[in-house]
Amino acid sequence: MNIAVVVFPGSNCEHDVVHALRGVGSNPKLVWHRDDDLSAFDAAVLPGGFAHGDYLRVGAIARFSPVMAEIEAMAAAGKPVLGICNGLQILCEAGLLPGALVGNRDLSFICRFVHVKVESTKSSLTAAATKGRVLRIPLNSYQGSYTAQADVLAEVEANGQVILRYCGPDGTVDDNNNPNGSANGIAGVSNAAGNVVGLMPHPERASEPILGSTDGKVLLESFVSALAEA
Amino acid sequence: MAEPQHRLLGMTDGEYKGVIGLLGREPTDAELMTYSLMWSEHCSYKTSRPHLGVLPTENPRVVVGPGTGAGVVDIGDGVLVALRIESHNHPSFVEPYQGAATGVGGIIRDILSMGARPIALWNQIRFGDLDNAHNRYLFGGVVAGIAGYGNAVGVPTVGGEIAFEPCFDANPLINVMCLGILRAEDLVLGYNVEEGAVAVLLGAPSGRDGIGGASTLASASFSGDDQEKRPSVQVGDPFAAKKMIEACLELCERKLLVGLQDLGAAGVSCATSESAARAGKGIDVNLDAMPRREEGMTPPELLVSESQERMLALVDPKDLPAVLEVAERWETQAAVLGTITSGDTMRVFENGEIVAEMPAGSLADGAPLYERPAEKPGYIDETWADDPELPAPADAGRVLLDLLDLADLGDPSWVYEQYDHMLFLNTIVAPGNDGALLRVRGTNKSLAVSSDGDSRRCYLDPRRGAGRLVYESALNVAVAGAEPIAIVDNLNFGDPEHPEVMWQFIETLGGLAEACEALGIPVIGGNVSFYNSTAGGHIQPTPVVGMLGLADPTPPRPPRLDAGAEGMELWLLGGDDTPDFAAGAYAKVCGAALSGRPLAADPEVGRAAVQAARDIACGGEAAVVHDLSEGGLAVAVAEICIKSGVGARLDVDDWRAVFTEAPHRFVAAFRSVPEGIKKTVGARRIGVLGGDMIEMGHLAVVPLAEAATVWREAIGRRMRGA
Repeated sequence: MNIAVVVFPGSNCEHDVVHALRGVGSNPKLVWHRDDDLSAFDAAVLPGGFAHGDYLRVGAIARFSPVMAEIEAMAAAGKPVLGICNGLQILCEAGLLPGALVGNRDLSFICRFVHVKVESTKSSLTAAATKGRVLRIPLNSYQGSYTAQADVLAEVEANGQVILRYCGPDGTVDDNNNPNGSANGIAGVSNAAGNVVGLMPHPERASEPILGSTDGKVLLESFVSALAEA
Repeated sequence: MAEPQHRLLGMTDGEYKGVIGLLGREPTDAELMTYSLMWSEHCSYKTSRPHLGVLPTENPRVVVGPGTGAGVVDIGDGVLVALRIESHNHPSFVEPYQGAATGVGGIIRDILSMGARPIALWNQIRFGDLDNAHNRYLFGGVVAGIAGYGNAVGVPTVGGEIAFEPCFDANPLINVMCLGILRAEDLVLGYNVEEGAVAVLLGAPSGRDGIGGASTLASASFSGDDQEKRPSVQVGDPFAAKKMIEACLELCERKLLVGLQDLGAAGVSCATSESAARAGKGIDVNLDAMPRREEGMTPPELLVSESQERMLALVDPKDLPAVLEVAERWETQAAVLGTITSGDTMRVFENGEIVAEMPAGSLADGAPLYERPAEKPGYIDETWADDPELPAPADAGRVLLDLLDLADLGDPSWVYEQYDHMLFLNTIVAPGNDGALLRVRGTNKSLAVSSDGDSRRCYLDPRRGAGRLVYESALNVAVAGAEPIAIVDNLNFGDPEHPEVMWQFIETLGGLAEACEALGIPVIGGNVSFYNSTAGGHIQPTPVVGMLGLADPTPPRPPRLDAGAEGMELWLLGGDDTPDFAAGAYAKVCGAALSGRPLAADPEVGRAAVQAARDIACGGEAAVVHDLSEGGLAVAVAEICIKSGVGARLDVDDWRAVFTEAPHRFVAAFRSVPEGIKKTVGARRIGVLGGDMIEMGHLAVVPLAEAATVWREAIGRRMRGA
């Protein structure tokens, strides 16, 4: 059960993700974005940060990094692939997940705990969670507002590919509890098969009691057990 | 007659003659440019250095004291901590986003130059009133710049301080502090460098940005046409910095370096001459090798360009191929810029010709020192004689709400939620508390760091104000459960060529020194920022200190402001409630003039309070331990109530006790009251948490919800122009 944690120039959450993945009993290893052979790995995580400085457009340069051909192959082979924050942006840009991320509604960076509700358990990130459960996890992004064309959005909703939605502490989904103006309050999505997943909040930042929340663990545990099944 | 070139570069006639004396001839353009920068106040500390000796700088933990890239202390377990503070005041006034961004970049490189991984940032920022649109532009731009750079470069900003005062209208203060962690064996000092070592320039290519920033921007007062100085402000590229940081850290870890220095003020000329001087050697610099992003740059421009994101590594020639490989892998440029030579001469070549030849030591340490005249300002005696008797509040509840509505005292989350403050998973007590608490992974220790500054009290009495600042900062780390172990200071002052400013400066140093001595805390680094004057007006004297505290072990349940709950007893501890309103927030909301004389710190009570706060914070029985500062007991309790979502009933009946800012006091909310609490210094039970009102005896009853709304909106509503 080997997980590749992909480091792009400008990534910065890679060590945190490794730490948290170890905490749920997996064996993560850092790989560099120029690596072009991930055949030894059963899954991949694209961590948060600012790959290639987020220059041009978030994820736009990263999707051309040599490692991305391997990520696409893993996705196509049904292996679990997870993008966190900048990782989600890259997966969207690469077309492995639907939609795109744009600037926050209030045009400022947001770093704070938010609540998200588990909307579907049919994904590698949420399989071990309970539908409707509210998780308290930090958000940390500027380009964090999820958007998609109307037909894509409708399809994503209809297919149950929305896996996490921003909500209040009691699970209320409304505009007040939508921190960044994401369409339909979407905080996390999957591909149609459910093996490729991404979310804006950072589950690795909510994986130990001393950090103020352990709600992120259930997501990482899901991902690691998806790996065992894949 | 045209002004001579040296004066245009900010150099006095006497200094120019000194250069001629050193060289035995007229300097070349490149030499003159280099001296003008290296001998600027910003680089040479020529005014402040004669006075800095009063500060205590040593104790057994100190590995590296002031004068290098960063101070370094030993926290045991083979772990060293590097800490440094700097100002970027003038660039941020001229261009707030980039000025602040490059301030962050610069302080990170200072930490990196010790071989440490930068793991946390703080900023201490001061502006004029937010009711003024230009101040909102500056404040918003500075916060965005810190966020834009710090978040992207991958170093979390875990705390800071904000203050608003009319004297900062035309001269905001932007101080930044960075902390790094390293293994003891990775410390890079650059003393043992052999002849033949190569100097490798790492990072971004050089351009014309920031030419003369240290001399004409940082070491001169503003007049009125300062937008013209915008070309002297550098532009930051956090992505280039991130790659360079990772490359440098790998080089340190693999022991591929013998020296490492950042390029900041005065660029290549400073980094090369200081590196050579530190090793007691000379250096040959080949400008042809410099990667550049503009054509036609002249030797003076290349030498002093302050382009960001550059480091100078000294490397044993046998390791050069490995160094270049590491740089290539991290996609950061590397160029062999020079060679360490025997002797002590710095020679600079372009196209095989010598364009500058100077004694390296004369650049680094040769600036003339100035004993500038100092004189007590006229206002001091007047203001001490005039200790105004402030009126009792007509409505104490209204006063509390007005205090919570001050931008200085309101909820700072508008600021810190724009900063990534969680990266690296070390932040176990987050911003919004007295001091952040960072765990040191691989040990059972934590670091508590507080950053505090003061201008109002120091204006009235710089010695007392500076002393109080040190005690308050020590108490701030103590309430997080840590022992204060080291301090860095950033001294922001007006124009030192005015004797009253020098008096403020010397008095401030005296106050810092006395307090540090009394608490046994060494100063491990500092920065002096003079010339914070615009159109003849000086800022209030503003020392800022960063206090490093060590919690060993990490408290099992670190106190937090939001951990209060119904039924907890509230105790006030430490100093007594002597009325102390000079410079206080109460005077501010009363609209009283800044006058009077603040109380002096009491070393005995101050020390005892720090110890008691630490014991209580580590004991596990206190849910909240909170330092009293601006707004006194009323504001401290209101903050606990708002953050914890619970009211309070205080047994108080004297408004003076509620609003005084007398020193050395802290409040604790107990889950269970420790036995023997009454023996703790100054302990008195003052009430209980509960309900949904903040009740101050018969003085006032304020609904918690109303207090919370006012406090949460204090900054946000102003930034919306409301």
